[in-house]
Amino acid sequence: MSEETFILIPGRTSDQGCGISEGKYARRYSDAITAVQMNAQDMERLGLSEGQPVRIRSEHGSVVLPLQAARADELPQGLLFMAYGEYSSRLMGGETHGSGMPTSKGIDVTIEAAEADEVDTGRIA
Amino acid sequence: MSATSGSGATEDALKIVEDATCTFCGCVCDDIELHVQKHTIVQAKRACVLGTAWFLNHEVEDVPSCRIEGRPASVEEGIERAAEILYEARYPLIYGLSDTTCESQRVAVSIADWIGANLDTTTSVCHGPSGMAFQGVGEVTCSLGEVRNRADLIIFWGSNPAESHPRHFTRYSLMPTGMFVPGGRKERTCVVIDVRKTKSARAADLFIPIRPRKDFEALWTLRALAADIEVDAEQVERETGQPLAIWQDLMDRMKAARFGVIFFGMGLTMTRGKHANSEALLALTRDMNRHTRFVCKPNRGHGNVTGADNVVSWRTGFPFGVNLGRGYPRFNPGEYTASDVLANREADAAMIIASDPMANFSEPARRHLQSIPYVALDPKETPTTRAATVAFTVATYGINVAGTAYRMDDVPIPLRPAFESPHPSDYEILRGIEKRVQQWYAAGRRPGGDGHR
Repeated sequence: MSEETFILIPGRTSDQGCGISEGKYARRYSDAITAVQMNAQDMERLGLSEGQPVRIRSEHGSVVLPLQAARADELPQGLLFMAYGEYSSRLMGGETHGSGMPTSKGIDVTIEAAEADEVDTGRIA
Repeated sequence: MSATSGSGATEDALKIVEDATCTFCGCVCDDIELHVQKHTIVQAKRACVLGTAWFLNHEVEDVPSCRIEGRPASVEEGIERAAEILYEARYPLIYGLSDTTCESQRVAVSIADWIGANLDTTTSVCHGPSGMAFQGVGEVTCSLGEVRNRADLIIFWGSNPAESHPRHFTRYSLMPTGMFVPGGRKERTCVVIDVRKTKSARAADLFIPIRPRKDFEALWTLRALAADIEVDAEQVERETGQPLAIWQDLMDRMKAARFGVIFFGMGLTMTRGKHANSEALLALTRDMNRHTRFVCKPNRGHGNVTGADNVVSWRTGFPFGVNLGRGYPRFNPGEYTASDVLANREADAAMIIASDPMANFSEPARRHLQSIPYVALDPKETPTTRAATVAFTVATYGINVAGTAYRMDDVPIPLRPAFESPHPSDYEILRGIEKRVQQWYAAGRRPGGDGHR
């Protein structure tokens, strides 16, 4: 597949929140922050399947993470969702536009299929 | 506040702590019943899924209380080294503070004052833009108790409390029966406005999906409708993703409400527009008071981030992003906020308290933090504690440490700890650093090596 443009929305999830308490080096947290969700119709259109590694690239960085189908109507087409964490932060820039807040939601990204051995999963610094 | 049951007062007997306070999120629920066996909480009655994970996973960590450059050290050595790092720096940053007691926050501000530091809290990367908007517009607000007892229209905008604040609906906003809403849920209308159909949207009577990065346009559409100003229907639909009729219907419901409330989240503050989005929402809330009673509240994330805003405001006059380098406080988000001070490579030392910027900040900010000496205080091991020059493992506030935390509606709540930790509290470490800094200052040694900045 060629590169496709999406808008990435990082956010909180129950598993990510519970994972913080269990520990950032424990399985639940690393699983929670290393999956990216996509609308099932977008996946079908792009010929991507559950678990397929994809490279997500923003103006500021890139990560390779496994794809997850979003629940039925949770995510509209054209959007990606992932839990806040080290990997979503790699896609943010340092510019805060005079607010102190980097743009952490609504990030323009491109995605393309990647190989399994490129996945960043679980390697928290 | 605590009772012990079981046979005899042995150390292993089950201890029950009533009315314990959960400090995981900004709801700060203070009705939790903890069952404690020695150094482990085995049950947290009434806690939500996040609260249960919080209470059941903060056992005593069998690790050194202090590490210097990765090697175990005594707490005293750690305090000495930490004080030295901060006192010798020309542009020290003190950051974090949203997961510790108000008492510790107060000491951290004092240290910042003594050494002329740049002081910032995690507010700057959650509702900092709302903090800027409060100064520009003001906040028509109330306590969560008033919402519980009065609100008949509850709007969540860019916020997903079903996952971030699981007891929000049942304890404060949607489900309770209230003095003026005796029918509870069936007398309340819930509207969720978001870019995706979250778990919270499933609990709503009305879900309005909007186009990403178009909150500002949607809010100004509502402001126009509140003032009966004619708007271009085609443009509204093109910009917001929803037909004008949907917004008009919402405005009709807002005007008809007896007591409306908008809870807003980081869907507004973290996306393009940031403080302009929050300003639009605060202004809309103010506008609505020409028609009925309407309030708004940011849904705050960390357990005592609201306390951090309060304490930093009492001490400096500003809630976050404060520079004390000239001996008096200056406030300038975008300049004195931690993301900027680090990404612009200005800070030459730092102290991070109960926060994890090495995981949550942008790459340039993380790279710079890793390149300077810094001190970290946290109950758990994190990417930030791993890379710290001096890392303290501290007791957990609310579980091991008493003190005060502020609920998201600025109500202070006492903490009732469950068991003692062998690790020192944030307060003890910070007081140790402050005392050392005061001694040097009194002896005529000036911070920053060659004088106050």
